[in-house]
Formats: sequence, C-alpha cells, structure tokens
Amino acid sequence: MSERAADPREFEGYRRVDGRVGVRNYVAVVPVSVTASAIAKAVAADAGTGVRALPHQMPLSPSDAARTQIESVLEGVGANPNVAGALYVALGTEDIAAEELADAAAETGKPVETLAIREAGGTEAAVGQGVDLAETLAETARKTRRETADTSELIVAMECGGSDATSGIAANPVVGDACDRIVEAGGTGLISETPEFIGAEHILAERCVDDEVREKLLSRVERRERMADLMGVDFRGAQPSPGNQAGGLTTIEEKSLGAIAKGGTTPLRDVITYGNRLPVGGGFVVMDSPGYDVESVSGKVAGGAQIVVFTTGRGSTTGNPIAPVIKVTGNPKTFQRMHENMDVDASRVLEGESVRAVGGTLYDRIHDVAGGTLTAAERHGMAEFAINDLPANEVATLGDPT
Amino acid sequence: MKGETIDDAAIRMATADNVVTALEDLPAGRAFSVDGETVTLVEPVEFGHKFALTALEPGDTVRKYGEVIGTATEPIAAGEWVHTHNVVSTRGQPGDDGGEGNSNGTGETDLNGNDETEGEA
Repeated sequence: MSERAADPREFEGYRRVDGRVGVRNYVAVVPVSVTASAIAKAVAADAGTGVRALPHQMPLSPSDAARTQIESVLEGVGANPNVAGALYVALGTEDIAAEELADAAAETGKPVETLAIREAGGTEAAVGQGVDLAETLAETARKTRRETADTSELIVAMECGGSDATSGIAANPVVGDACDRIVEAGGTGLISETPEFIGAEHILAERCVDDEVREKLLSRVERRERMADLMGVDFRGAQPSPGNQAGGLTTIEEKSLGAIAKGGTTPLRDVITYGNRLPVGGGFVVMDSPGYDVESVSGKVAGGAQIVVFTTGRGSTTGNPIAPVIKVTGNPKTFQRMHENMDVDASRVLEGESVRAVGGTLYDRIHDVAGGTLTAAERHGMAEFAINDLPANEVATLGDPT
Repeated sequence: MKGETIDDAAIRMATADNVVTALEDLPAGRAFSVDGETVTLVEPVEFGHKFALTALEPGDTVRKYGEVIGTATEPIAAGEWVHTHNVVSTRGQPGDDGGEGNSNGTGETDLNGNDETEGEA
C-alpha cells in the first residue's frame, strides 16, 4: 500500500432511511421473471424520468441454487441506495414470491410495492397499475434532497470488458490507483470476474487479511477453473477470448495479471458470493462472479455498489439501469474512435503520464459522478442488466456456491 | 503496476520480464536499446503485442509483470513476436491433447476491434 495520506472527498448524495447514500435517485421496476420483463419496461417507459426497468431472462421455476442467486440479485437491486423506491412485477406463478423480495428490499426503510400481472387482469391493466404505483414512488423520491456525504460512504465496483494489452498496462493500473484512494479514504473498492483471477490468484491470496478469506478466495478460483473444465472449455481457445488475443493478450495468466491490477494494492478484506450484500465499513472486497461483464456488474450493483468503473481496451458501451458506469480506456485509438462512449483517457499513461496522476483524475471523476455528473453511458441511455444463471448440472458436480 | 518505457515505443512492466509490449505498430528491423543490449525486431509487431528481449527455448517460462504468463512452445529469438503461436498457458488445459486450443488466436479484426467482443471481459 502507498504511504500517502488519505484524501476523502465530499459529494452531494441522497441519504436513505437506513443511513446509506445513493448517488442517483431512481425508482426501480424489477420483474420477478422473464414473463414480467416486457411489462416492467413498458411501466418504466410510460412513467417517465427517474423510473428505471431492470428486465432479465430468468425463468418462472429456476433450480434451487439458481433461485437463491436470483432472489439475492433481485432483492439487492431494490435495496441499492441509488434506488429511492422499488416496484416488483410478477406474472403471479413464479416460484419466487414478489412479496418476499419486496419485504427484503423494504428492510432498508424505502417504500416498495408489488404488482401481479394475472391479478391485475392482463397486460394493459398491469401496465396501467404499474405506472400509477411507479409515479407515486417517484413522487416520494423527488422529496429526497441531496446532502453532503463523503468517500467513506461509497462502494465502487471495478469491472473490465473487451480487454486488450492496454488494459493491464494502463487502464487497470489507473483504476487500481483510484481503488486504493477510495479504500484509504474509508470507502469500499470491489472487484469480481473470478475466472480472470486464474494465474494471478497467488497475488490476491497474499493480500487476504486472514487464512479464512484466503481459503475462500482460492476455493472460488478453483471452482471457476473446474467449471470451465466441466463445460469442456479449453482456456487456450476461450480465455483470453479471440478479441482479447487479437488485442495482444496471449494467455489467461497474462489477462488475469492485468485484470487484478484494477483492485489496487490494499488488503483483501472478504470474498462475497455473487449478488450478496457487501459488508459495511469499507475496505477492498472480492465478489465471486462470472467473467461475463454485464452479469458481473449486475451482481456488484445488487451487492450495494453505487458506482461502477469499467475499463475497456477494445471498446464497450454498456451501462447499468441504476448505477452510473464510468468508462476508462487505455487504448488511444479506442478513445478517439469511441470518444462519445468514454469518460476517462488512461492512454495518457502510454505517453508517459504517471499512473498516479491519471488515477487522481479518475478519483476526481468518481466524485463528480457521485454528485450527479452524468457518465457517457448515462448520456446515451445505456442500461444493460443480466443475472448470472446457475445450471443444475454445475451445482450437482461442483456444489452449491450460494 | 508501473511500467518502464523503452525508446518511447515499448513498455516493460517489470525488470524481470523477458517480453515487452509494443506501444505502436512496429516494423521489422526496428532496434531497441535495453539494458545496454540491442534488440532488433525480426518481424513486425503490432501495437499491444509482445516481443522477446532474449532468446527462449521450448519449455522456458515467459515473464511479464514480473510473473509467469506462459511457456514457450518453440524456439523464440530475441526480437521475435511472442503470442499464441509460440507460447501456451500453464493453466486451464482440460484433457490437454497438445495445442489445438490455439486455433482462435488469429484471423481477427484490427486492434480496435469491430468484432463481437461486447459482453466479454
């Protein structure tokens, strides 16, 4: 860890009843299954600004382990402090009960409603009732004023997608520097994408605060490696992906060593199951997630992250419905070509600017975004959301990770 | 992780590394001065790709970030492009049958990628 003094910054956020601080003030319309996704989108579209849908593809009757994971994510997005109020929409025949999700999200003290499409009398009636409920929640949300908070109240999730060789030498070290600054200021820094620890897990293991956390980390990495084996995936073909390879990444070890740079250098406090709530009180934390970036981001936002910092060498445009996503690229050609989708140019590192200086720029930007500045993804209405599925055969062979 | 740039056109991430990363598209014949030695590229190396600083034999470890990133599968000369055609991972090789898994390594688009990398990490 660096020797510099902690540099906490203030920003204006939305203080929730449970004391947590949101950086956005949304009403979340959360479908319980795929059968309610289109209606959730219609409700959000008709209800107007500040109402965001989180459509997904999960079925009516998932397997037990998958169900636990889906419930955790759906509860978590409703509980996220960026959400002022939530509406859970179900067809009404799901194994997962909308009321239970609503009760869990309502433990934060925020208003939460439910809507059953069959009880409402079909699509049009459900959309109509949903819009009414969402507008009432939005009215309550508008009464929340921004008030002063600081870095220690932020959970910032680090992610990468579309990696190339610049990710590990420029963008990820810059994000790692910002992650260190957040943790040093009392906030929480979070990385995930466990398959991208393979070949670099010994470095993260050395950073674990105790043996229990170390064992948890190593067993989760081993499980991801065995999962690839189970699926018949040869890492040499699939990881790094063909796109990663075209960008100059040769092996999974090389990709992983570059990827974990996003997590900076501070002690690793805990390893959390996908979609579960993060511990309070700051520090550097790992969430066990798949490498698929949209699912990984969704899991971390369900865990409570208010802001996502997302590095991309080859260019990615994705956002999230309820959390601002800050795009950082270390590839100068990507920054030029996809300028409208990028927030921070980390390619300056390749021209000789220090990682620390550009990390400071990113740290500033994180607080600007916390205070309301829109990210490129937000300006373009990018709002991807997806929940990681847990196939029954995987759970039968490798055990239940939930 | 802070690298050391070499002649403003390549970066070495740690002093123990035996490969460095090109910071621009480099032509064959381009010479670099590294630790008092001259390394001359024997072939072009694209931006983001790696070349060897020293000669490697099959089975030798390839180092970047001061860590092992793979094993050489054939002789590699100093100044030669180092990628999936001559290096293999030491990890994640279920039912290893000797190298078929490298077939996806080439034939992609240019560096900025108009391919379908969206959704990949």
